[in-house]
Amino acid sequence: MNEEYDVIVLGTGLTECILSGIMSVNGKKVLHMDRNPYYGGESASITPLDDLYKRFKIPGAPPASMGRGRDWNVDLIPKFLMANGQLVKMLLYTEVTRYLDFKVTEGSFVYKGGKIYKVPSTEAEALASSLMGLFEKRRFRKFLVYVANFDEKDPRTFEGIDPKKTAMREVYKKFDLGQDVIDFTGHALALYRTDDYLDQPCCETINRIKLYSESLARYGKSPYLYPLYGLGELPQGFARLSAIYGGTYMLNKPIEEIIVQNGKVIGVKSEGEVARCKQLICDPSYVKDRVEKVGQVIRVICILSHPIKNTNDANSCQIIIPQNQVNRKSDIYVCMISSAHNVAAQGKYIAIVSTTVETKEPEKEIRPALELLEPIEQKFVSISDLLVPKDLGTESQIFISRTYDATTHFETTCDDIKDIYKRMTGSEFDFEEMKRKKNDIYGED
Amino acid sequence: MALRELKVCLLGDTGVGKSSIVWRFVEDSFDPNINPTIGASFMTKTVQYQNELHKFLIWDTAGQERPYFCTDKEEQILYHYRFRALAPMYYRGSAAAIIVYDITKEETFSTLKNWVKELRQHGPPNIVVAIAGNKCDLIDVREVMERDAKDYADSIHAIFVETSAKNAININELFIEISRRIPSADANPPSGGKGFKLRRQPSEPQRSCC
Repeated sequence: MNEEYDVIVLGTGLTECILSGIMSVNGKKVLHMDRNPYYGGESASITPLDDLYKRFKIPGAPPASMGRGRDWNVDLIPKFLMANGQLVKMLLYTEVTRYLDFKVTEGSFVYKGGKIYKVPSTEAEALASSLMGLFEKRRFRKFLVYVANFDEKDPRTFEGIDPKKTAMREVYKKFDLGQDVIDFTGHALALYRTDDYLDQPCCETINRIKLYSESLARYGKSPYLYPLYGLGELPQGFARLSAIYGGTYMLNKPIEEIIVQNGKVIGVKSEGEVARCKQLICDPSYVKDRVEKVGQVIRVICILSHPIKNTNDANSCQIIIPQNQVNRKSDIYVCMISSAHNVAAQGKYIAIVSTTVETKEPEKEIRPALELLEPIEQKFVSISDLLVPKDLGTESQIFISRTYDATTHFETTCDDIKDIYKRMTGSEFDFEEMKRKKNDIYGED
Repeated sequence: MALRELKVCLLGDTGVGKSSIVWRFVEDSFDPNINPTIGASFMTKTVQYQNELHKFLIWDTAGQERPYFCTDKEEQILYHYRFRALAPMYYRGSAAAIIVYDITKEETFSTLKNWVKELRQHGPPNIVVAIAGNKCDLIDVREVMERDAKDYADSIHAIFVETSAKNAININELFIEISRRIPSADANPPSGGKGFKLRRQPSEPQRSCC
């Protein structure tokens, strides 16, 4: 450990592991440590089930009805991968996808008037959906065609709309879409959590809807993918990439001090020894004085013995409860997976409810979601602070990741990774930089 | 002929010759200066076994097995568990595990039991276990008796061979024995719930102009 590294990484969450992998692939000497005895930090999947009970201080051991504890891998943070999103791109470029197997999430649903409906996102589905009346359907179809043809770089596809100026509200007006359609387009397709986007330039929203439909087009059923054995496999895969390229790994390693000299990081002290470094990457839990709280997220992990009602017995799905349906400012999400993903014992389902905290009684806020899930065998409630770095790390060379937010996919996580990369290297993030630099696959492919 | 992909993971202390065994098996060569730090991501070799083709997908530890901070040998054994950073992913879905020790280093045989324990804890329930006593060309400096190792392997129903990656002794035999022990494909039909590997999208059709 008494050595000099280019980069020391603290915490093995997904953001840290991806950055560690990129740095190692690009020839940096990396030391990666975690105070926990397992990989993944906040993005770990907890196994066996007993550990989850302990973590949430649930008295007693899991009952026999929960099956074998080792069959469980319970995510702490619920997310899916957009099939055409940035994380999938990172997995492909790094070939970390070799270590993982995926399944397509079976359905995507939206809540309206106390009931749930399948989210229509193709023309055919939109025309068959009971969410809209006939005329509305035709107008929505026209809108979807416009979005599909839209190309940010080709003004001929704009049809009088200025992507950088026209507000999304105006675009909806142009296509004469009603409130219900606007609600599910903004929240279930563009995946906005609030309505603030309505007055922003429309380009971002249109691109988000494109990402949704292109992701959906890849595998059908839904735009979401989920890795077998849980999301905790993702950081492990990128950690392996980093290790193959020379990254040094240590788990269960207490971190005593981050040593700063003249405002700049020079090393990390652990168990009396100092490892020196030029740059440091870490999650907020390692640098409590350098981050600030910008909000809170409530997450409730629910174990069920039945699929969610009205989802055609889907073994996995997402349900979005748009804010205005339940008089809130931000949406409530439900992500459900099951034994089909090797994350639960046979016949068991894990549904995780999450949202941004808006009141002093967050558990009350998520009640409409819990009602959809009843009966719930066991609940695990957590309320966590959303932490962001106070500065960009330019001076200190300490680069801090943001806490995982309430979004149900990894797009914001990838934005954070790209941003940190840029701040560390001074150059724009390029997926090409993630490609393996040598042939490290031997034998026939 | 039916092709079966079989994941094999390597276990054992640093420096016992895990990579060299695979290198010999896959490329039929030996490099005494094989870089201990930078592992191979993946090594594959297909061999015929009866009326099946077995494609071995061999996972190397990429150095994540290494106990750090310990120069002292005893301390190294003591700390063995503490800093070992092999991820559960490493064991997932493995059909077989090869646990390697060095016949010239007693302590690498002592830690074998820890690796077996680790495998029982994290590995799949029906995994085929093989124990390889490597560097058997170095008879003069032997510290582990073949008999002791064989008895231990028998006690846990593991395959046992002494190998030399350097002199190509028993390397192919090790894998043939693994093929033999792996339950036939009919005995273990894959459950319906298998996932898939992500692939690159076939290039998008050009958008027609005008």
